[in-house]
Amino acid sequence: MYFLELVISGIAVGSLYALIAMGFVLIYKGTGVINFAQGEAIMVAAFIAYYLVGFGVPFWLAVPLTLVASALLGALTERLVIRPMLGEPVFSVVMVTIGLSIFLRSMAGIVFGHHNYVFPSPFPVEPLHVGGIVLSHNHLWSMIISFSLMLLFFFFFKFARLGLGMRATANDQDTATLMGINIKRVYALTWGISFVVAGLAGVGLANVMVLNVGLAFVAISAFPAVILGGLESIPGAIIGGITIGILENLAGGYLDQIVGGGVKDVTPFAVLFLVLMIRPYGLFGTKEVERV
Amino acid sequence: MPIRSKTYCESYHEDIKLLDTIWSKCWMALFILGLLILPYITDSYIVYMVNLSCIAIVAAVGLNILTGFTGQISLGHAAFLAIGAYTAALLGEGLGMPFWITLPAGGFVSAAAGILVGIPCLRLKGLYLAMATMSFGVMVEYVLITWRGLTGGERGMYMPEVNVLGHVLDTDESMYYFLLCITVLMIIVAKNIIRTRVGRAFIAVRDRDIAAEVMGVNLTGYKVAAFALSSFYAGVAGGMYAYVMGHIHPEHFTLMSSVEYMAMIVIGGLGSILGAIFGAIFIVAAPEGIKLLSQGIESIIPAMQGRYDEEWNIAVFGLLIMLFLIFEPGGLNAIWQRIKVGFKNWPFTY
Repeated sequence: MYFLELVISGIAVGSLYALIAMGFVLIYKGTGVINFAQGEAIMVAAFIAYYLVGFGVPFWLAVPLTLVASALLGALTERLVIRPMLGEPVFSVVMVTIGLSIFLRSMAGIVFGHHNYVFPSPFPVEPLHVGGIVLSHNHLWSMIISFSLMLLFFFFFKFARLGLGMRATANDQDTATLMGINIKRVYALTWGISFVVAGLAGVGLANVMVLNVGLAFVAISAFPAVILGGLESIPGAIIGGITIGILENLAGGYLDQIVGGGVKDVTPFAVLFLVLMIRPYGLFGTKEVERV
Repeated sequence: MPIRSKTYCESYHEDIKLLDTIWSKCWMALFILGLLILPYITDSYIVYMVNLSCIAIVAAVGLNILTGFTGQISLGHAAFLAIGAYTAALLGEGLGMPFWITLPAGGFVSAAAGILVGIPCLRLKGLYLAMATMSFGVMVEYVLITWRGLTGGERGMYMPEVNVLGHVLDTDESMYYFLLCITVLMIIVAKNIIRTRVGRAFIAVRDRDIAAEVMGVNLTGYKVAAFALSSFYAGVAGGMYAYVMGHIHPEHFTLMSSVEYMAMIVIGGLGSILGAIFGAIFIVAAPEGIKLLSQGIESIIPAMQGRYDEEWNIAVFGLLIMLFLIFEPGGLNAIWQRIKVGFKNWPFTY
């Protein structure tokens, strides 16, 4: 039973990882860049939601408002920081997002301070009991949201004109432009959508974890989930997230007594390292075929 | 005698010379002279900052060999510094070995770790490789904290002072000359590696690995060599760090410091030794510059008094990285080359 409990709570944590990972995957799919400032987007969204609820906005209204604010923040980031880097080597762009994450995190530290906030959770504290297994409302909701988003994005990238345009842009910027795709719009939308997903993750995380500036570091723990699933695969993000969640919990539950604290944080990275040795493009990533 | 233009060469050997004209030799001599008298004309705080820059330069040059020249992105550079630093500390403090054993030993152990990481990473490319090296960094950090018996865990390790032929280097000034010698040596070695067959092979691997292999470059060998070389530099830098600080701690070698080394070479200029040097100095000096600036603002506008804290420093640092890359993607090296060409062509600047 201990095992099953660990697995279930692993899935719950994993679905939050999956939400975070999806934000990374969206930006990678659309622009070919890993956004290191994703964690900061999550943290800022959580704070926006906190203040909205604090000002008396009901929760069901505060969440959409937060998402709109996140989308604007994403589009603004793209316009100010990423757009000027169009056509530069990928790694320079990644470095810019690292700079952005440092900037946003310390600005958040100045504005919000470093103490913990208590997020007003809308869910009942009493957890659900499903066949002897305990599950909190919050985790249940994050699971529902991740899976429905996954379905949504699956169809979006397969059939929607914009989704196809995003894939084309990521594949080859020049050809996409020649095909009449407005790259600038695709970029702005990609960042907007990804920040919306980050916003959802932020609201979800603020419910389970303490809300403070350090929330941004959660994104780094989600990296293994992103890579495990493959950088450009939405289903991969979900499966990667949940796998990492389960493994992390199992390692924490069984190995912590043997090795002594902290195994939980390092297991995902060890797993990631091993998986990459066997499958260099993650579990579901597409292998690049090079023609000479 | 032919009329020499600025890039006139009669042989390949002439083309790859480190110092091509008599003037560049003169400038270099002047520069080295300036470095030698530096402790006499500045205070010991600046000397200390230069010492830190020396460490960063060695580490950044190493990372640039791997990332800038060979095109293998690494976000785990701090881990290799840690391996070098802890090896040096174990030998220096535990066994009382002198620096001429500890520093190379740190380098070689780190290079061995680099090969161990490099071989399984051969199939990885681009950002996947960045993530794999990053997870290696996280694992090393975990081992440093957990393996208390070897590394002292959270308490860290102490390092004795450098002893050169019976002289204990206990001041910043004496450390300065010691570090300067090592740094200059490491830079010359790197410069020479880059302009020989090995360096050209690295660049070929970066530009088009398949084409390079067709031309007879042993892809596996050179990639692993780049990993080994870069981690050797990191290991030596780690040893130098241990000597300067006197105390090492897992917190000095986190993901954030790996990112900082990456920032150094991206801001300095990827694929150039000079760029790595510029970038290292820039990243070490930037926080100090920002501090001076904010003190200046406080003295001009009294209302700002006390409004400033460490957090602003970091914010400006992040902003600086962003602005720099947006407005000057070629890095400091590109600016330097522009200035140089401007002077060379004067008065016919175009």
